[in-house]
Amino acid sequence: MADVNVSGSLRRRLALILTGGAALLAVILFLVVRALAAQVAQQGQDNILNASMASVLDTAVIREGRVTLDFPYSSLSMLNTAADDRVFYAIHEGATLLSGYDWLVPQSGLSAGDAYFETTSFNGDQVRVATGVRILTGTDGPRTVSVSIAQTQDALSDTLNAISRNIVLLGLGFFMLVSALAIWAASTTSGQMHRLTTSVTRRGPQDLSPVTQPVPSEMAPLVGSLNRLMSRLDHTLAQSEDFIAEAAHRIRTPLATVRSHAEATLQRVEQVENRKSLQAMVRAIDESSRAAGQLLDHAMVTFRAENLEMSQVDLADLLRDLGQSMSPVAEMKDISITMEIDGPATLQGDAILLQNALRNLIDNALKYAPVETGVTVRISKAARLSVSIIDEGQGFASDEIQTLSGRFVRGKDMDNKVGSGLGLTIAHEVAIAHGGEMILTNTAEGGACVTLYL
Amino acid sequence: MRYLVFIMAFLLPFSVAAQEWEDRQVFGTPNAPPLRILSSTDTSFFAPIIEDFIASTSNTSVEYLVTGTVDLDQLFRSAPDQFDIVISSAMDLQLKLANDGFSSSVVYVDHPEWAQWHNSLFAFTSEPAAIVINRQAFDDLPVPSSRQDLIQLMRDHPDRFQERVGTYDVRQSGLGYLFATQDARATETYWRLTEVMGRVGTKLYCCSGQMIDDLQSGDLIMAYNVLGSYAKAQAETSDDLIVILPSEFPTTMMRTIMASATAPNPQLADSFVRHLLNLQSIGDPVIFPLPPLAGSHDFQAQRTINLDPALLTYLDQMKREAFIREWEDAIVQVE
Ligand SMILES: Nc1ncnc2c1ncn2[C@@H]1O[C@H](COP(=O)(O)OP(=O)(O)O)[C@@H](O)[C@H]1O
Repeated sequence: MADVNVSGSLRRRLALILTGGAALLAVILFLVVRALAAQVAQQGQDNILNASMASVLDTAVIREGRVTLDFPYSSLSMLNTAADDRVFYAIHEGATLLSGYDWLVPQSGLSAGDAYFETTSFNGDQVRVATGVRILTGTDGPRTVSVSIAQTQDALSDTLNAISRNIVLLGLGFFMLVSALAIWAASTTSGQMHRLTTSVTRRGPQDLSPVTQPVPSEMAPLVGSLNRLMSRLDHTLAQSEDFIAEAAHRIRTPLATVRSHAEATLQRVEQVENRKSLQAMVRAIDESSRAAGQLLDHAMVTFRAENLEMSQVDLADLLRDLGQSMSPVAEMKDISITMEIDGPATLQGDAILLQNALRNLIDNALKYAPVETGVTVRISKAARLSVSIIDEGQGFASDEIQTLSGRFVRGKDMDNKVGSGLGLTIAHEVAIAHGGEMILTNTAEGGACVTLYL
Repeated sequence: MRYLVFIMAFLLPFSVAAQEWEDRQVFGTPNAPPLRILSSTDTSFFAPIIEDFIASTSNTSVEYLVTGTVDLDQLFRSAPDQFDIVISSAMDLQLKLANDGFSSSVVYVDHPEWAQWHNSLFAFTSEPAAIVINRQAFDDLPVPSSRQDLIQLMRDHPDRFQERVGTYDVRQSGLGYLFATQDARATETYWRLTEVMGRVGTKLYCCSGQMIDDLQSGDLIMAYNVLGSYAKAQAETSDDLIVILPSEFPTTMMRTIMASATAPNPQLADSFVRHLLNLQSIGDPVIFPLPPLAGSHDFQAQRTINLDPALLTYLDQMKREAFIREWEDAIVQVE
C-alpha cells in the first residue's frame, strides 16, 4: 500500500462535486424564487396603485368648462400599508398641474385606457408610479386628463425580506438534504471498492483464483484485468515450479549413475590417495543429489500447499517410520534418536508434506549435531499439537535465528557442512500451509530446538 | 421660481420674527438654544408636560409657540429648520407634513400601531367633537342627543336659534375643516344640518375657545363640533355648559406630534417626543391634562379618524375648493 502513487480521493471528489452542485443549485433556487417573489410582490403593489389611479381618473368630469375630479376617500385609503408607505399623486390636464404634487410629472404621449408603471425616486426614496390617461370630450374639443399615483416601497421590501428569509431557509434545507445524499452516494460507491479490496487482501499469499463475487459494471474492467493478471501469474508460477522439479529430477538421475560408477571404482582402487578422492567425490555427489532432492521437495511443497490433500495423519506413526528410515545415518555418527511419544497424535493434514518437513528437521539435527550425542523427537499435545526436534549441537546463532527459515539462507560458521539452505524453508512452509508455525530456539545446554506447531 | 425661493429665504427670518402668536412662552433657563415647539394646543394644557420634561432633562429650555392649525402648517412648511416639534390637532395637515418628508422618525415601540404613522407621526390624545349647549339659554327646550335631534330642534324653533348657533369656519380652521369633511364622509345628515344651521344664521369661529367663551356669556345657546376636551374643562368650572357627544357617533380626532426632519435640536426633539408618549401611556391627569388615547376597543365606536394616507383626500386643491363651495352654499346662504 505504501508504494502506491495516490492522487486525490474518488469519494472526496464525488462528494465535492455533488455538494458543490447542490450549493450552486441552492443559490440559483434562491435567486430565481426571490426574483419571482419580487415580481409577484411588485405585481401586487401595481394592482393596488392601478385600482387607486383608476378610481381617481374615473371621477374626472367637465363642470362649467373646467376639468374637476371629486375622487372618493377610498382612492387613497386603499393605499394604506402595514409599513405606512408614503403616498403621492398628481392630476394633470395636458401638461398643467390641476392638483397634487408638482414633481410627479407624467410621461407625455401615453395613450388613454392603459396604465403605465415606473419606478423612480423622490428625495432618495424609491417610489412606484402608476399613471393613467383619460380623454374627456368637452364642448370645445377633447381634453386629456392624466392621473399619477405614487407610493414608496417600504411594505414591499418588508415583504420581500420576509420572503427572502424563508427562501434562504428553503435553500439551506435543500442544500443539506442534497449534501447528505451526496455523502451517502459517495460512500456507497467507495464502499464497493472497499469490499473488493478487503476480499483481495484477505486472500492467502498463494491464492491466485479469480474474483467471483459480483461487482458493479463500472468496476468490471478493473476486476477483469485483475483476474487475468492473477491467472497469468498463477500460470507462470506453476510453470516455474514445474521447471524446477523437472530440472532437479534431471540432475538427480545422472548423479545417481555417476555415484554408482564412483562406488564401483572405489571397490577396485587400492591406493589410499585415490580412494580418498573417490570417497570425497561420492560425498559431494550425495550432497548434490540431496540438494536437488530438496529443491524438488520445495517445489512440491509450494505446489501442494495451495491444495492440501487432507487426511487423518498420526504423527506418532509418521515419526517412528522416519526414525527407522534414518537410523543408518544416525548410526554412522553414533547418534541415538530418542522418541518421546506417548500414544497416537492425530491431526488433519497432508501426510507427504508433514513427512517431508519432519525428515528435513531430523536430517538437520543429525547433520549439525556432533558424533556420539543424542537427538530427541518429542510430541507435545498441550494446548496445541506440536513436534520438537532437539539436538545437542552448537544450536542456532542468535543473530541469525530470525532469518534462517528464508529460502537458500544458511548459517555462517557451519565448518564446511554442505547444505542448500532449503531444509528449514520447507518445514516452515509446511507448518504455515497447515495453519501453524515453526519456532526456532536453543536449549539450555545450547543445542538447537525446532518446534512445529500444527 | 428660483427668484421666489431666494426672496422667501431672505424674508423668512423677518416673517418669523414678525409672526403674531396666539401665545408664546419660554420655559426653563434660556441659556442654551431652546427646544422650539410649534403647537395649536393651548399653553395651559402643555405647561405641566413641558415642566416635567425640563425637570427630567438638565439644562434645557423650551419655547412654546401657539398658533392656529392652518397658520401653523404654512409657517412650518416655509421654515421647517426653525422648529423642533410640531403639535397640531389637524390630523390631515400633520399627515401631509409627514408624508411630504418633513418629519424625522422616532423609534418608540410601545406606542400602539394605529396611533402612529411611518414611525414619525404620533397620536397622543383622543378628543371627540361635541355639541355644547348653554343650559340656561336652552331653558325648556329638550336636550338633543344626536345630529338628527339638532336638526329637528332648529327647524321647530328657528327664532330661538337665530344668530345664536356657532360652529367652525372651515375656511379658517384646519381642525374645523377636518371635522366637517369627516362628518360629511360619514353621514348625509351633515349637509342637512349645515343647511339648517345656515338658515338660522350660524356664527362662524376660528377656534373652540372663542365658541366656548360665547356660549358661557350666553351669546350662543348651542355650538356644533366644539372640541369636547376644551368644553369639558370649562364645564367643570361652570354649570352653564352641557357637553353632548352625538349618539350616532362622535367624530373623534387624535392630536399628533412629530419631530422636524430638519430640527435645529434633533436629539432634544427626539427625547421630547418620547417623553410625551411616555407621559401619555402613564396617563397621570396632573402632568398630562389632555384626554389620553382611547383603547382600541373604543376606537370604532368613537369613530376615531384613522391615521392613513386617505387624509390627503380632502386636502386636494380641487376637492377642497368643491367642498368649501358646497359648504358656503349651505351655511352662508342667507348672507
Ligand atoms: N539442528 C541445527 N543445529 C544448528 N544449526 C542448524 C540446525 N538446523 C539448521 N541450522 C542452521 O540453519 C541453516 C539453514 O538450514 P537448512 O535450511 O536446513 O539448510 P542447510 O542445512 O541445507 O544449510 C543452516 O545452514 C544452519 O546454519
